[in-house]
Amino acid sequence: MNDQSSRADVQTTLPLKIVIVGHVDHGKSTLIGRLFHDTGSLPDGKLEAIQAMSERRGMPFEWAFLMDALQAERDQGITIDVSHIHFRTNAREYVLIDAPGHREFVKNMITGAAQADAAVLVVDAREGMQEQTRRHAYLLHLLGIRQVVVAINKMDLVDYNEARFQQVSAEVRDYLAGLGIDLRHTLLIPVSARDGDNIVSLGKTMPWYDGETLAQSLDGLQPPVPSLDLPLRLPVQDVYKFDDRRIIAGRIESGHLRQGDILLFSPSNKRARIQSIEAWPTRGQVLACRAGQSIGVTLDEQIFVERGEIASLDTNPPMLTNVFRGRIFWLGHQPLMAGRRYKMKLCTAQYPVDVEKIEKVIDVNDLGTVAADRVERNAIAEVIFRTRAQIPLDPFDHNGITGRFVIVDEFDIVGGGLINMDGYADQRLSQRIKSTNIFRVEHRVPIEERWQQNGHRGGVLWMTGLSGSGKSTLAFSLEQYLFRKGYQVYVLDGDNVRHGLCSDLGFSPEDRVENIRRVGHAAILFARAGFLCITAFISPYRADRERVRALAPELFHEVFIDADLKTCEERDPKGLYAKARRGEIDDFTGISAPYEAPVNAEVRLDTSHQTVEASLAELSDYVMRQFAITAH
Amino acid sequence: MSALPAAMAALSMLGRLRRFGGAGEGLHGRTKAFDTGSGAVKKLPGQLLASGVSMDHLDVLESRTIYILREAFNKIDKLAMLWSLGKDSNVMLWCAKKAFFGHVPFPLVNIDTGMKFPEMYEFRDRYIKEWNLDCLIAQCPPVEEMDPTLPPAARSAARKTAALKRVLREQGYTGVIAGIRRDEEGTRAKERVFSPRSEQNTWNFRDQPPEFWDQFNTDFPPGTHLRVHPILHWTEIDIWRYTKREAIPLVPLYFSRNGKRYRSLGDKNITFPVDSQASTLDEIISELMETKIAERTGRAMDHEAEDSFERLRADGYM
Repeated sequence: MNDQSSRADVQTTLPLKIVIVGHVDHGKSTLIGRLFHDTGSLPDGKLEAIQAMSERRGMPFEWAFLMDALQAERDQGITIDVSHIHFRTNAREYVLIDAPGHREFVKNMITGAAQADAAVLVVDAREGMQEQTRRHAYLLHLLGIRQVVVAINKMDLVDYNEARFQQVSAEVRDYLAGLGIDLRHTLLIPVSARDGDNIVSLGKTMPWYDGETLAQSLDGLQPPVPSLDLPLRLPVQDVYKFDDRRIIAGRIESGHLRQGDILLFSPSNKRARIQSIEAWPTRGQVLACRAGQSIGVTLDEQIFVERGEIASLDTNPPMLTNVFRGRIFWLGHQPLMAGRRYKMKLCTAQYPVDVEKIEKVIDVNDLGTVAADRVERNAIAEVIFRTRAQIPLDPFDHNGITGRFVIVDEFDIVGGGLINMDGYADQRLSQRIKSTNIFRVEHRVPIEERWQQNGHRGGVLWMTGLSGSGKSTLAFSLEQYLFRKGYQVYVLDGDNVRHGLCSDLGFSPEDRVENIRRVGHAAILFARAGFLCITAFISPYRADRERVRALAPELFHEVFIDADLKTCEERDPKGLYAKARRGEIDDFTGISAPYEAPVNAEVRLDTSHQTVEASLAELSDYVMRQFAITAH
Repeated sequence: MSALPAAMAALSMLGRLRRFGGAGEGLHGRTKAFDTGSGAVKKLPGQLLASGVSMDHLDVLESRTIYILREAFNKIDKLAMLWSLGKDSNVMLWCAKKAFFGHVPFPLVNIDTGMKFPEMYEFRDRYIKEWNLDCLIAQCPPVEEMDPTLPPAARSAARKTAALKRVLREQGYTGVIAGIRRDEEGTRAKERVFSPRSEQNTWNFRDQPPEFWDQFNTDFPPGTHLRVHPILHWTEIDIWRYTKREAIPLVPLYFSRNGKRYRSLGDKNITFPVDSQASTLDEIISELMETKIAERTGRAMDHEAEDSFERLRADGYM
């Protein structure tokens, strides 16, 4: 009795979740059946039931019927949907997830694989790698599954030939290495699932193999590490008011928190202190919580927060952005199209999102990439998305949970993606006001009087375009022309400000954002002084330009100096493109960093095709009209 | 895609660790389990560094169940929870009280076949009062109205589906929470957490929507409804361990009397007890660690024909 109660109290660890993937008919379900039988995990009577099902269909004993629970699956001999089944060895418990290998059911394979801690990739020794073998291997990598055991199956059909095993192994290794997988921890095991050779015991059929059996290799896999060391991320799932408490509920996705911590909510940027951590049934006060727990907290101030916001600590908040790159897998029946709007879900938030650009589509067969204007079903691609408002997120390689999202089209989940922010800045940086106790004072000279005195309105003519598009040339020509006509005009140029106002900044995405922020404020000061201020900066990010516009929308005029990359690269007045192509300059716009063209610029000049004089005439006409005292 | 640097570092460290995992005691002293010879699983150093009390297996299961219940409550306007009075149902209800801090913010529905054991009715009436539950009791139509081509026990069980459909129609629920588990039975093993049902309540198992990263399909065309399965990922033994840890009340039929007990509770005409001496929670847990008898062995409707349960479920059974 004592013995029994102590065993009942054994604290179990979570079962390790292993997905079995591979091409259709390479023997996934059979391998699972064998693993079950040979570890003694089959319930009584199951063997006989499978025997009966097989006989009813006039087939030899079919292991696959263990997992293929649906009549349709047994009749067609293929797995349709993903199945979960528990078993254990002496070392620990497992959940095996049987994923369909048929092309039709990639959505079900992802449903299964996305929950797994590790994978077994099954490859037929006769056929070697096939399309779905490659696609599954690619998807495993994309989903972040880093532990993969490769079972080279059906060795009985190649006469247990070692040379054939080595040949298929080499093919698999080459492909996995191409994905960037560290092969030192990838075991390749020759097995015959039908006969059980090398599944849980080494068979006599392959004396040349003395490595681990499949079951031993599973026992060597490692459970996932909880994300406790990462910064706190608590997406708000709901706000409850069932009684006098107002409880913010959610699951801590990474990090930990304590009573008394100040939470920063993004994107609203509101802050409040945790007053209490709530729990039912009450068994003493909860003082701290950690990643993985579904919790509820009350705050010391009644700030308005809603579902979708991400709470963090002040010191390490998520990025804020309205543009990001996703490496996606697409499951929709309709292709993903550039320019289309979808709904995205990231943790508990939901946003409308536009497909700005499809950067490339990846061919899983040769790992090559191609340009495309659409992403077809089951394909993998890199896509730039844009949201209207700023949203909180993390790059996937910083946080695996707040760095991924799904795409919804009407009623269906049609894709998933991992976030990569290379070349894009954290827009939160530019929003900080560090000094406090600052008050605005009113000028006693109205701006209209300044205009009267100058004979024209003030404002900012903001030129944006690639390096070499002609911004500086046009800016300085226009300045000279207008000055001679009596205008109060001054140019702020990229190279010049970097010698002074912005000499402490480089060209990283964050520094670019700060550069434009400073220049923007300086330009608006000129405009408020009554000047016509012309700026000539690449200013590649749309969000940065929009922020300058928002400082004084009535004074801001965006001029898109539109020359294509090829033209700019041919001109290359400073030899910078050549250097960038040689990899000597990092983050070079157009080559290794993005340029986001304006959508609604007041003026667009096609400098690939028209002369400097023609562009200048167009611009000066615009200035005469728009900056006249009588304009508007 | 850039690799996860931390995960890669952990992996390479583990690659070294696993070579030292020589023969040792398994985590469970289970005699019948097959010994693969690679010994106990090493715990990661990373797990030991973190502050606070670590989450065990049951905490992880509970946290996910709470997350699912909160998603359902947030996303579904007309929501109800099926309460069958069984062990799984009671764990689910307990987790709801945790998720909503002592409240159950949606009605419960108890489908009454009129064929339940008296102990179950006693249990129901007691806890409706004690826990102050809002519980709708739905009566089932007579067996004569059920599909006559079904085998007898399945035909009897189909009464529950009919009652459920009627409740859904009459109350206008757009979501029902049900306490099924993947390890119970093969077609349930293929279920989604948020599983759509057509206007006729049917389950289109041939084309289920993808579901990953705990992003559930919560949008569906008008007229359809959702089945939400918050304890899909639990096993039978998890349910018992959690019931013990949390001291959740139970119908006494689960405990052995005269050498027999019920492992799964259904209608008294189509549910049979199994041989067992287990008369306490600890004894039940020990028994389950050893047994090779399937949980639903005593549920006649599962075994009449190869596809009888699949047919029931495709038609809308839980």
